[in-house]
Amino acid sequence: MAADLVTRTVGTLPRTTPASPGPGKVPEAPRNTRPRRWGAALWALPPVLALGLFFLYPLALVVRQSLQPDTGGTSLRPYADIFASEAFRHALWTTVWLASASTAGCLVLGFLLALVIAFVPFPGAKAVARFIDVYLSFPSFLITLALLFVYGTTGIVGSFQFLTTPWGVLLAEVTYFTPFVMRPLLAAFGQLDTAQLEAAGSLGARAPRIVRQVILPEALPALAAGGSLVLVLCLNEFGIVLFTGAKGVTTLPMLVYSKAILESDYPGACAVAVVNVLISVGLYGLYRVVSRRAGA
Amino acid sequence: MGIRFDSVTVAYDGNVVLDSLDLTVEPGEVMALLGPSGSGKTTALRAVAGFVRPVSGRVLLGGRDVTDLPPYRRGIGMVVQSYALFPHMRVEENVAFGLRARKAPRTEIRQRVAEALEMTGMAGYARRHPRELSGGQQQRVAIARALAIRPDVLLLDEPLSALDAQLRSGMLTELARLHRELPDLSMLYVTHDQVEALTLADRIAVMDRARLQSCGTPRELYRAPADEFTASFVGNANLLPVTVGCGGVDFAGAGLKVGTGDAVAGARATLCVRPHLVGLGEGPNRLTGTVTEIQWRGATHRLYVEVDGHTLMADVRELRDPPRHGDRVHVHFAAEDAVLLPAGVAGDGS
Repeated sequence: MAADLVTRTVGTLPRTTPASPGPGKVPEAPRNTRPRRWGAALWALPPVLALGLFFLYPLALVVRQSLQPDTGGTSLRPYADIFASEAFRHALWTTVWLASASTAGCLVLGFLLALVIAFVPFPGAKAVARFIDVYLSFPSFLITLALLFVYGTTGIVGSFQFLTTPWGVLLAEVTYFTPFVMRPLLAAFGQLDTAQLEAAGSLGARAPRIVRQVILPEALPALAAGGSLVLVLCLNEFGIVLFTGAKGVTTLPMLVYSKAILESDYPGACAVAVVNVLISVGLYGLYRVVSRRAGA
Repeated sequence: MGIRFDSVTVAYDGNVVLDSLDLTVEPGEVMALLGPSGSGKTTALRAVAGFVRPVSGRVLLGGRDVTDLPPYRRGIGMVVQSYALFPHMRVEENVAFGLRARKAPRTEIRQRVAEALEMTGMAGYARRHPRELSGGQQQRVAIARALAIRPDVLLLDEPLSALDAQLRSGMLTELARLHRELPDLSMLYVTHDQVEALTLADRIAVMDRARLQSCGTPRELYRAPADEFTASFVGNANLLPVTVGCGGVDFAGAGLKVGTGDAVAGARATLCVRPHLVGLGEGPNRLTGTVTEIQWRGATHRLYVEVDGHTLMADVRELRDPPRHGDRVHVHFAAEDAVLLPAGVAGDGS
């Protein structure tokens, strides 16, 4: 009877249904996939065209311009010139140390603030967490403008006169970019099982050990994500440096601006821009490798 | 080391979640806090752990007032439903966590970790991460981690709720074995599962609506519950609204001969009879009713018999020819198997 049942059941299956591959075997792909493939290609075409037209094509123009010196022809001369210039090396160094220091500052400050908001109960903690989301939508120059009212020459504590120094830029960048670290951290803390913290406490661990050995390891992927985002944003930050009016602070984006607008050296500006892009892409690639290894 | 709740009250924003709890857990005793959700049992456990602060009353461990002590200074082990293992640490690192927090010497840490893992049967899994273990194995690691610090008090908050029925049964046996091997360890075991409480506990504290309802050994609570809530929460119970008469009670126009104790004739009360003590057919204290439901449960049949608008449950050994839905049947019970309780919901006739 059981055999009859099996026979009848199998017999009712439509003929086009592929046979079961058996346990552990991968089922064969359906043979006739051409219509689906064409459909997918049609769907992909508009975004690919838009990406090519509005992003890749202008970028290619920048790269082409960077290889066409004013003397004519195509060469790497603009790159040789900017690598040889003291101004470029100084801008590169300023960009890298400012971005690195800002990122470090954002990571430390962001971690501590997120820790307090997530784990120290105080009235208004949820409102503060929501404000972080709003803060992310603010333009960077607004923060710098606000800092001018405090630390500018006519500001409340204007006597410090440090907003036009690299430290002023650092302060502005840390102030503006810290929420970019806090947002993924708060999300990660929200996922953390508070029972882990209580278990650690009952086992005799005090707050610093719980933070170091329970919370921090769980927050590392979020820290890596937020930190790498801030690093890339700081490397390319233009508005904050411009608004602080720090004359001695020339970063790569500022160098691009001065070469293109003030000196009309378009090949040089494009070469600096290409270097800037390569650094950003390289750091992003590094982040992907590190985060994959960390299991993020 | 024993645990003592001395009129402990816990409230959140003025909402009382544990109301004047007075309870003592003797050294080496397993006390189950049994009750439905929101009964205050987990709050009581968290008050011992130090995660909630009572608004009044004291918590004493081994006679020492620990009400104001932070959790890390109480020296207790704790196991929770979600295991709460540290996912980035290997099993051995999880178990060693408490010892490292207490700055124990390395050789001692190694020895105690090995002992705890051996005791819980997890010695072969020391190098694994929690994600590589099953739920039951993770709970064993959580128990090993709690025991590694050699606490005098072990708090267990619904430790088996996340496990399937078979694993739960196995873990209950394991916990009972641990209790035998560690006779000085006091355990406070929070559960809403009566089987866990009856199997494991030396005594059960039944809680409802933030208050302690009754406390006693599993046998006492099962055989002679003090109130309707305890009767219905510790095991299944038939709760019949009765009127006390002379030498017995009246139910649905029938006179039942049961012990009435100090109950005054004419008073309303509730008669509690366990379903497995109700027999089918003729016998003492016979009642006649209509079968409304029959459930086959393997070794037994459960019959639901409606008598004068009240449904009685009877668990009888598997019947070769069980009655059918709508059949009229007789059921009976012995006088010594019935307990007269103060009138409650059932006694009100609702």
